[in-house]
Amino acid sequence: MIVAARIFVVGGLTSFRALFYWLTPWIYVPTMLIAPIFQILLFAYIGRSAGLESDEFYLIGNALQYAAIPCLFAMAQMVGGERYQNTLSAILVSPAPRIPLFFGRSLPVVINGAFVAAFSLLVGALVLGVHLPASSLAPLLLIVLIAAFSCTGLGLVNAAASLRIRENAVLSNVIFGFLLIFTGANVPLDSLPDWMGTVAQGLPFTHAIKAAREVAAGASLGDVRGLLGAELLVGAIYGVAGYALLRWFEVLGRRYATLERS
Amino acid sequence: MSSLRLLAVSWYLQFKMILRSPFDGIGNVLYPLFFATTALFVFRAGHSPRTLIYASLGAAVMGMWSAVSTSAGSAMQRERWWGTLELLVAAPRHFSLVMLPATLGLATVGVYNLTATLLWGRFVFGIPLTITHPLLFALSIIGTALSFGGLGLLFAVSFVRFRAAWVLGNFFEYPVWLICGFLVPLALLPGWVRPISWVLAPTWGMNAIRESALGGTPLPDLLLCLALGLGYVGAAVLVTDRVLYDARGRGTLSLT
Repeated sequence: MIVAARIFVVGGLTSFRALFYWLTPWIYVPTMLIAPIFQILLFAYIGRSAGLESDEFYLIGNALQYAAIPCLFAMAQMVGGERYQNTLSAILVSPAPRIPLFFGRSLPVVINGAFVAAFSLLVGALVLGVHLPASSLAPLLLIVLIAAFSCTGLGLVNAAASLRIRENAVLSNVIFGFLLIFTGANVPLDSLPDWMGTVAQGLPFTHAIKAAREVAAGASLGDVRGLLGAELLVGAIYGVAGYALLRWFEVLGRRYATLERS
Repeated sequence: MSSLRLLAVSWYLQFKMILRSPFDGIGNVLYPLFFATTALFVFRAGHSPRTLIYASLGAAVMGMWSAVSTSAGSAMQRERWWGTLELLVAAPRHFSLVMLPATLGLATVGVYNLTATLLWGRFVFGIPLTITHPLLFALSIIGTALSFGGLGLLFAVSFVRFRAAWVLGNFFEYPVWLICGFLVPLALLPGWVRPISWVLAPTWGMNAIRESALGGTPLPDLLLCLALGLGYVGAAVLVTDRVLYDARGRGTLSLT
């Protein structure tokens, strides 16, 4: 139990710190802190130009959805980075229990994803002059955390795919693009074709974005508990699926000697 | 004449390499398409007098810009990773003449992006592709691609001292989408933004493409776009000389 906890906490933190070996402030600040503000501004102005929805709609949608960048890329890097540094085999040959090994690496990603989304939300609100009631800030923080958890679940699937696919940056961008369209971050779900609205129900962010918009409009956490439960469930399903895929692809990688394929 | 041959052969080589790169040849084509799709959904659901063809053209040029901005910033960085930067710098040709084909190759992929986005709009969103001045439309696309190549070259040589040059290239993707009038009319932006838009060739390239497609007078915009593109190339040559002189003096070309 203690070993598992140590692998979960120390292994996760060490892996995340290793990410910052290359994710220096020169990279972190433009990609994680400035780019989301421009994405918010871009869609807020497109919304004004198209005469659709308010600045608040795009602010909340894009701030939350941008958490996909840290969550998807960091999780893919969990595999890609280890492979690049020739440590993937050493990790996967170790007898360490896999649940704390993989999920320990996910926890710092959730926290970072939530930080990026919360920062984007606050700075975006200041830039656009959107008023978020003080009473909504704590609930919004919780929603942001749940959204980051949910997307990190999908990130785990992305990490598993990285065991089989070389171009995990392209794959992460493609998933990010799907989330941009489908989750209602910029297009109201009732304006999308029905099948897209249905698909959206099974994606991270859809329920969290809706909950955040309702909370910003004055709803309480209790009023959106159903949405938050759905978001947590979506994240948990992706997390379990991602873990199962990681184990399966790990077995395949050993069998066909393809772990280091890069 | 030999300079033109160098440009043509290098452009072809770079273009073939880009097409075989999953990130540049596939990722850079798909990624802006997601933004284009989102924007087209927003415009379709909105209540603006601006038509979907307006949005479709803007989204198409967004894709064109993405192809250049994301990878041009790191064009020299790639040569450094491949270990060919020193060889190219030591070659008897001016270094900017060697780098320009790389960014022109990216701009060529941008033309493919533009075409793909217009066809995507036509077949998925049913946006009619009626071009009022076909010849001027084609010239506007070529002129815009050339000026994008020039701006990409300026990025490439300006960022060479930064290890994280690729981030700077990415960084300029959203701002140019926003302030060059691709999907948002300049009149909607704060007044202080407009002078910045005016010195960016994408603003005039977008105008030229839109005017030639929807009917108007694209020639002045096209000429401004080309003039700015030439200006970027001139500035890039000066920056290249300065940067290489400095890097040689300090022995920092490889940044290792």
